[in-house]
Amino acid sequence: MPTSSPSKSTPKRSASSPPFASEYRDWLRMMVLIRRFEEKAGEAYSLGQIGGFCHLYIGQEALGVGSISALAPDDYVVSAYREHGLALARGMAPRAVMAELFGKATGCSKGKGGSMHLFDTSINFMGGHGIVGGQIPLGAGFAFAAKYRGTSQVSLTFFGDAAANIGSFHETLNMAGLWKLPCVFVIENNGYGMGTAIARAAAISDLWQRAASYGMPGVEVDGQDVVAVRLVTEEAVARAREGDGPTLIEARTFRYVGHSMSDAASGTYRSKEELEASRQRDPIVLFEEKLRGLGLIADGDIKAIEDEVAAVVADAVQFADASPDPDPSELTTDVYAPEGGR
Amino acid sequence: MATMTYRDALNAALREEMQRDEDVFLMGEEVAEYDGAYKVSRGLLAEFGPKRVVDTPISELGFTGIGVGAAMVGLRPIVEVMTFNFALLALDQIVNGAAKIRYMSGGQIGCPIVIRGPGGAALQLAAQHSQAFESWYAHIPGLTVVMPATPADAKGLLKSSIRSDDPVIFIEGEMLYNVKGEVPDEEYLIPIGKADVKREGGDATIICHSKTVTPALRAAETLAADGIQAEVIDLRTIRPLDTEAILASVAKTHRVVVAEEGWGFAGVGAEVVDVIQREAFDELDAPVIRVHQADVPMPYNKHLERAAKADAPKIVAAVRRVCYRD
Ligand SMILES: Cc1ncc(C[n+]2csc(CCOP(=O)(O)OP(=O)(O)O)c2C)c(N)n1
Ligand SMILES: [Mg+2]
Repeated sequence: MPTSSPSKSTPKRSASSPPFASEYRDWLRMMVLIRRFEEKAGEAYSLGQIGGFCHLYIGQEALGVGSISALAPDDYVVSAYREHGLALARGMAPRAVMAELFGKATGCSKGKGGSMHLFDTSINFMGGHGIVGGQIPLGAGFAFAAKYRGTSQVSLTFFGDAAANIGSFHETLNMAGLWKLPCVFVIENNGYGMGTAIARAAAISDLWQRAASYGMPGVEVDGQDVVAVRLVTEEAVARAREGDGPTLIEARTFRYVGHSMSDAASGTYRSKEELEASRQRDPIVLFEEKLRGLGLIADGDIKAIEDEVAAVVADAVQFADASPDPDPSELTTDVYAPEGGR
Repeated sequence: MATMTYRDALNAALREEMQRDEDVFLMGEEVAEYDGAYKVSRGLLAEFGPKRVVDTPISELGFTGIGVGAAMVGLRPIVEVMTFNFALLALDQIVNGAAKIRYMSGGQIGCPIVIRGPGGAALQLAAQHSQAFESWYAHIPGLTVVMPATPADAKGLLKSSIRSDDPVIFIEGEMLYNVKGEVPDEEYLIPIGKADVKREGGDATIICHSKTVTPALRAAETLAADGIQAEVIDLRTIRPLDTEAILASVAKTHRVVVAEEGWGFAGVGAEVVDVIQREAFDELDAPVIRVHQADVPMPYNKHLERAAKADAPKIVAAVRRVCYRD
C-alpha cells in the first residue's frame, strides 16, 4: 500500500471555478467564529466564569474546519480536550458550547462535563475526552459499529502530536488497519505536547510515516491551509466510505496560546520568536488573502463576517451567563441508565 | 525549623535522596526541562543533568514499565505521573509487575520504585481528572501506599519511600502543593506505616488522610467551640495501615468518624471500619460513620462539585451524629 506525503491525487473538478468556492465563505466565517469564541472563552476564564482546565483552539482553526467540512451529517467526530473549535465546526450551537464552559444546565453536557467534555449526539459529536489518547480507540469503535451495522458512516478522530506516543494509538491503528475500519485519524500536530517539543518525545517526528506500520496511507498536510486540509480529508473519507480502510493524516499546525489557560504561550519550552514566526502563517489571514486574490471576497465581506460573529459570540456569553446552574438533584442523575436495560 | 511549602518539601526530599544515592533517578512527563507540571522537580535538571532527570513522552504504561524493569536490576527509579488519573494507563505494570515480582521470583528480585504524583480532585477538573485512587492500590499485596498531608510529613515520608526496597505508591495533592508548614532543618525520616495524631481530643476520633486532614482539623475547631473535643488521626500511610494507632484512639474516645476524599464503596474507610469492628467492637459507643465523595463521577459545575466533595461541614455533622449531639 502506498504511503505518501503530501497527498498527490486530488479529486477532479472543473477548471474554471476553484474547488469548494461555494463553501469558502462558510469556512471563513466558521474559522473567524472559532477564533472570536475562543478569545471570549479566554476572557471569561480570566473572570472566573469558566473554571478547571480550558484548552483553546486558537491557531488551529483551519484544521478543524477543513477536515470536518468533508463529513456527511451522520459521520462521527471525536476529539481530546482541545475541542471547542471542533464542536463549533461540527455545528454545535455556540450557546450550548459556551453554557457548558460556564457549567450551566443549558450546556451541551448539562454543565456536568465542562470544557474538556463537550458531547452532542444530535450531530454525532462524541466528546471531549481528557485522558490523552483515550478517544483514539473510541473513534475506531464508532467505525467498527458503522461497519457492523452496514451503514456508510465514517468516523473522524482527532488527537494531538503527543498523543501519538501513547499505546492506544498504536493498538488502535493496528486493528483499524487490520480490519479496514471506516475511520480517519487526524493528528493535530501543533509541535508540542504541553512543554515538550515533538522531537524530544517522538523517535520519528514525521508522524504520518507511522501509518506504514499499520497498513494504511499516511498523509502530511499543511494544517494552516483550510483547502488543503479539506482535500486530504475528503480523499481519506471517501476511501473509508468505500471500504478501503483508514487513513492517518498528519496536519501541521500551531497553537498560538498556552497549553491551557494556566500556561504561558511562550517560555522556556518555546521562544517568543518561534511563536511570532508561526503567526505569520495565521490560518485565517492566509485564507482571507487567498479569497481576496481569487476575487471571492472584499473588505466589506470580512467586516460583515466579523460583525455577525461578534454578535453570535456576545449572545453565547450572555446566554451562558443568564442560564441557571444545574439543579442540585442533577448530582446523582446520569450515573446509570434510567430504565435499566432491554 | 524552616517554613516551606509541601511542594518545596518534596523537592528537598528528591534533591537530598538524589545526592545521597547515585542510583536514584526521576522520570516522567515534563519533569526536566519544564521543571515539573506542578514544579515539584524545579531545579533538579540543572543540578543532576538529563541522565538522572528524564523527560518522557506521554507513554505512562511504557515509562512506568521501564521504571519497574530498571528497579528489578537495582536502580531506584522515581516515576512521576502527572496525576494519578493517568497512572490508570500504567496499572498493569504496577499491579501485575511491580507488586508481584518479589513474590513470583521467590524473593530473588525486588522492585524498589516510587511512583508519585498528585491524586484526587482539584477544582472543576471534572470526571476524568478528579479521582482518588488510593484504595485501588491499597488493595494490592506487595504495594505500599503513602499519602502525606503536611510539608514535614511529605519530606520525611518521601525520603523513606525512596529508600524502601519495595514499590511505593506516593500520592500527593494538587491542592496541597502550596500548603505551608514547618519542616525540621536537620535530616530526618518518617517511618512508613505510622499514623500521626494531628490533634488530641477525648470525645470522638476523626480518622483521615491526605486532603481530608485540613477539613478534619477545621471540623475539630468548630466542634471544640461546641464542647466536643475531637481527636484527629492522620493515617499518613494507607498500606500498611497503622491499626495500633487507630485502636488506641478508639479505646480513648469510643466514637469514630472516618473521612476520605474518594468514593465510599470499597474505600479506605471501609477497611478502617472493618479493623475497628473486629478489634474494638466492645469499645464503641456508636456506629462508625464515614464521610467521602458522593457516589458519582465528579461533576464540572462548581456547586455540584462542592456538594459532591467531603468537607469540614460534613465531618462536623458526622461527629455530632456519633456523639448523639445532632
Ligand atoms: C494519559 C495522560 N497523560 C498525561 C496527561 C496530561 N496532559 C494533558 S494534555 C497533554 C499534552 C498533550 O499534547 P498533544 O497530544 O500534542 O495535544 P495538544 O494539547 O497539543 O493539543 C498532557 C501531557 C493526560 N491528560 N493524559
Ligand atoms: Mg500538541
